[in-house]
Amino acid sequence: MEAVVAVAIGTLAACGVFLLLRARTFAVVLGLTLLSYAVNLFLFASGRLMLGAPPLIRDGAFYTDPLPQALVLTAIVIGFGMTAYLVMLALRALAESGDDHVDAKEPEAPSAGPPQGGRGQEGGAGEGP
Amino acid sequence: MIQHAPILPILIPFAATLVLLAAAGRGLAFQRAIGLAAALAGVAAAAWLTLLADRGDILVYALGDWPAPFGIVLAADRLAAGMTLTTALLAAVCLLHASHGFDARGRHFHPFFQLQIVGLQGAFLTGDLFNLFVFFEVMLLASYALLAHGGGLARTRAGLAYVVLNLAGSALFLIALGLLYGTLGTLNLADVALRLQGLDHDFALARLAAALLVAVFALKAALLPLSFWLPLSYAAAGAPVAALFAIMTKVGIVAILRVQAIAFAPAPATADLLSWLTPLALATVLFAALGALAAARLRDLAAWLVLGSAGALLAVPAHAGTAVTAAALYYLVQSTFAGAVFFLLAERIAERRGEAADSFRAGPALAAPWLALGFFLAAATVSGLPPFSGFIGKLMLLEAFRPTPAAAAVWSVLLTAGFLVMTSLARNGSRLFWDRKPDLPAPAAGPAGWRRATAIVLLVAAGPLLALFARPVADYAARAAAQLHAPQAYIGAVLGKDAGSIWRQRRP
Repeated sequence: MEAVVAVAIGTLAACGVFLLLRARTFAVVLGLTLLSYAVNLFLFASGRLMLGAPPLIRDGAFYTDPLPQALVLTAIVIGFGMTAYLVMLALRALAESGDDHVDAKEPEAPSAGPPQGGRGQEGGAGEGP
Repeated sequence: MIQHAPILPILIPFAATLVLLAAAGRGLAFQRAIGLAAALAGVAAAAWLTLLADRGDILVYALGDWPAPFGIVLAADRLAAGMTLTTALLAAVCLLHASHGFDARGRHFHPFFQLQIVGLQGAFLTGDLFNLFVFFEVMLLASYALLAHGGGLARTRAGLAYVVLNLAGSALFLIALGLLYGTLGTLNLADVALRLQGLDHDFALARLAAALLVAVFALKAALLPLSFWLPLSYAAAGAPVAALFAIMTKVGIVAILRVQAIAFAPAPATADLLSWLTPLALATVLFAALGALAAARLRDLAAWLVLGSAGALLAVPAHAGTAVTAAALYYLVQSTFAGAVFFLLAERIAERRGEAADSFRAGPALAAPWLALGFFLAAATVSGLPPFSGFIGKLMLLEAFRPTPAAAAVWSVLLTAGFLVMTSLARNGSRLFWDRKPDLPAPAAGPAGWRRATAIVLLVAAGPLLALFARPVADYAARAAAQLHAPQAYIGAVLGKDAGSIWRQRRP
């Protein structure tokens, strides 16, 4: 079982890092998601793998370490919130630059790129998110 | 009441966040009042905590009254208390500055600002490594939103890089915590220290976990190969936000200082872990000085200055000595204020120069004697000219490094970098204020407003004031350093007297 979990974590992490290094925001978001899956599995495994053992401590009972499960739960919640924010930010970069490149290049000329209303380097003051 | 003092600096901004969220539709004046009141209460709470911590005992707050290795604790020693006071002061000034109108450029500025304070204060106060991760995330989540506040492509672009990088850093943080828990079976810092010292197996895994942890803190503190995000994102952020961010690199530095002094240095498995840190830190200082020379705008220059001070401080943790740490803590406080003020000055100068903004090229005539005086004082402070606090901080740091083997390298790098920064500030300051194009009409800039003026005056005054009161601040720093480098007291305070008798199960 250890081997299966290790291979799964390794595969997820490798795919995650590969996608993280891509130039398009969508691939980067997917990569971060895969990476956080790998991390969550790893955290879960840090309490040792056991089959059929409840995470409840009783006298003499067979149990699995409950703490990593609590840690994973926290990590999942935080990772989910962060990814949601990243998706929103990526969409905003796409809307503002007309391109989903991670560097979100400026439209080169108003005629060449999609019409953007000529936003300056600093953007218009008074625009909310 | 006294036993609740360590949690007040976290609880006050958190309560303010909730009130601000509930009162989202009540108008900006109401939000500003709540935010500023919470910031002032936070200053008072942090000052009280500093007074209490300075009695010499480490204040331990067990959340939910669960005892230490099983529950989460907050531990306020002199270092943590002093950092909360620095943070609270800086945050109050930045919030005052933002209340002039920056907070109106988007929604939800005030709740995020308070949440940022929650994260910062929690990261300084917590005594549990997983709780540190949670407070780091609170701090980062708020900083993502604050960085993007105000809108514009430059901020979105910088924000995207910043968020992706920090999410990757969080993944590494969790891997380090998983390794640490898998090896030691605990994440409480005091307990980690105890078990690392008694470690008789899995040396390599413990070293790897510790190294990963330091690498993550180094990413937050912007150590050289991990520092390219800082100039981009700090220069893109709005002025009061960037000024508050000046303390964020310090969170990473304090975290490294703390884990090194309490857990890693006394344990045989990790004692020599940070031997690579000083060369990289000195490279960061040089890199930042060259960046300051090459900067094209004042806000870029300010970001490079923040990076430079972080680099100088990162040279410290590897030399686990009381004298070096004491000097570093004084330097940390003064460099935070000195770095923050440039972002505020840059915004005002950009307003007064119209089209030329804060870029270092000829602009319209700029008749602003008070602004010029403020710039001069801040530049003299940050480049380490006497008689200001930058000079005292750098002198203390150099003097503390003199007996260490790294003295030659530290002296030559810090002095060279100081000279480069001074050259850059002198050249660019004269360009900003004196290099004028007579045919350009002076732009119609609005008044600075009393809030922004007060904030800038307070931050500029921090340089001379910290020099004037250098003795009490440096004495406090020395006491904090002595306490930090006596980890037995910390471990005893957190775990209680019967720390040795906690039953430990050997795991497969």
